[in-house]
Amino acid sequence: MAGITQHSSSGSTGGTFDPLRKRLLFPAWLMIGFFLVLPVLMMLVYSFLTKEFRGGVVWEFSTAAYDQFFFDRGLFGDEPAKIEWTYIAIFWRSMVQAFTATVICLLIGFPTAYFIATRPDSTRNIWLFLVTVPYWVNLLIRTVSMKFLIRDNGPLNEWLMMVGVIDSPIHLINTNFAVQLGLFYSYLPFMVLPIYASVERFNFSLAEAAADLYADKWVILRRVILPAVKPGIIAGCILVFVPSLGAFLAPDLLGGAKNFMIGSLIEEQFKGAAGNWPFGAAASMILLSMVLLVLMFYARNQARTAR
Amino acid sequence: MAVASEGVKRYPGFFFIAVFCLVVLYLPLLVVMAYSFNDSASITRWGGFSLRWYEEVFTGVESAKYKTAAWNSITIALMASVSATVIATAAALGMIRSGSWRGKASSFALINLPLMVPEIVTAVATLIFFSAIGFKAGYLTILVAHCVFCIPFAYLPIAARLQGVETIYEQAAMDLYATRSQAFLKVLLPLLLPGIFSGFLLAFIISLDDFIITNFVKGAGVETLPTAIFGAVKQGIKPNIMAISTLMLLVSILFVSVSYFVSRLGDSSEKVTK
Repeated sequence: MAGITQHSSSGSTGGTFDPLRKRLLFPAWLMIGFFLVLPVLMMLVYSFLTKEFRGGVVWEFSTAAYDQFFFDRGLFGDEPAKIEWTYIAIFWRSMVQAFTATVICLLIGFPTAYFIATRPDSTRNIWLFLVTVPYWVNLLIRTVSMKFLIRDNGPLNEWLMMVGVIDSPIHLINTNFAVQLGLFYSYLPFMVLPIYASVERFNFSLAEAAADLYADKWVILRRVILPAVKPGIIAGCILVFVPSLGAFLAPDLLGGAKNFMIGSLIEEQFKGAAGNWPFGAAASMILLSMVLLVLMFYARNQARTAR
Repeated sequence: MAVASEGVKRYPGFFFIAVFCLVVLYLPLLVVMAYSFNDSASITRWGGFSLRWYEEVFTGVESAKYKTAAWNSITIALMASVSATVIATAAALGMIRSGSWRGKASSFALINLPLMVPEIVTAVATLIFFSAIGFKAGYLTILVAHCVFCIPFAYLPIAARLQGVETIYEQAAMDLYATRSQAFLKVLLPLLLPGIFSGFLLAFIISLDDFIITNFVKGAGVETLPTAIFGAVKQGIKPNIMAISTLMLLVSILFVSVSYFVSRLGDSSEKVTK
């Protein structure tokens, strides 16, 4: 993506600085600056305010939100501070879930992307089209469909029982596994597309050369192909990990109350019963910082490979 | 690439994994589509083919609610994606036809910021912002929020297209005494149209698709289709929800197909002009 800015021009005027053209960027800067950057800064401010009951804030500085997140001071707040594990555990669980979803997407997505990229031109576009279409289908509808399919008395269990694979329905809904399945299903195309793009660019005569030197297939895959397509793999992993971390629909609809993730915790502060805006803002800030860390790691990695 | 024999490229089992991928991606959608035609009121038993749930969507007790929600969804998506496309086209020209300058990378990051911030964080920040400036949550707040996150989705295909159009065309037009705006309107814009069109379609679908941000910034009483469906699903999946889902599914597939073919058409027309 960052490459787009690099080779910006091929003609002669495009190469020179043109202040008039730059002004065309103002509307985009204004919209995003005013309605996204400013709100995020506002959210940072809110995370340091005092909560008002039933939502909203009192304009009084307070670190209570972060304190509540990390420390447990007993019911009346007068006991010595202990580490509060509840929210850390939710974040930890979300990270594990997002990480597992990323690994599963990679294990399934890499062979798929590789397979598509090595198809002849005639069928490659059809495969690519089939993998992309679900991404554009409403995520809510896809998640609801998955919920419908794997319910205890849903079609999947019914078929399996009819075929005789199982005797009683397998309980899938409201389990960790269902959340995993939902995340995998939601973000799989994000993994396939960037890997596809880098495999497609891979020069297969390198693999041929390795084969001539008596490398077997799996050695070629590991030592020749994988290092060459690594940028695509990293991009795919980030594109799956980041939205999985803050996912709301899959854990909410497929996971039930037991498999609470960050997204649900934040949602509850604004839409649900908890109604603690500063705390929700603080949790959002922590999530955003985690995502920015991942992206910075990625950018540094990119810069290093580019050099 | 032609040098390598097929044998080196092929890995056993990759085909089955790719097929498995498609099965996982499509099975739930196909099942919901099939069950939306189920005559039985129970969502588990198959009771024969029928269109009764579609009839209920359009004429049933809840039809008014879904009609309003659909109307909100479509008008918001249309306005948000049109304005996002205009802003993104200007931004693409500003980025790609302005040479190199300091801060260009930051400008690129800013335009793509909505893609990088997790949706739930955008939702929280937008809700807080509108409440802090005393802007009443409702139709307008949804529209503004949608326009913002649609910008990068419209920007990427337009910028990609603009990159493929060399500056010689505009230059030739200017050499023939076309003004800046004439060169843009009569030469560059027609060349950009496929990119602009797919950018618009993607923005439109993304807006139609959004649940999380809408759910946060909508006021009480204003619903879009996704928020209305989410509310209904909380009470259990009813057959009419499956009918609505199937309809929305078909709309999405139609849009993606159109966008796909337009962009391919654009690619081939560009080859002709070169």
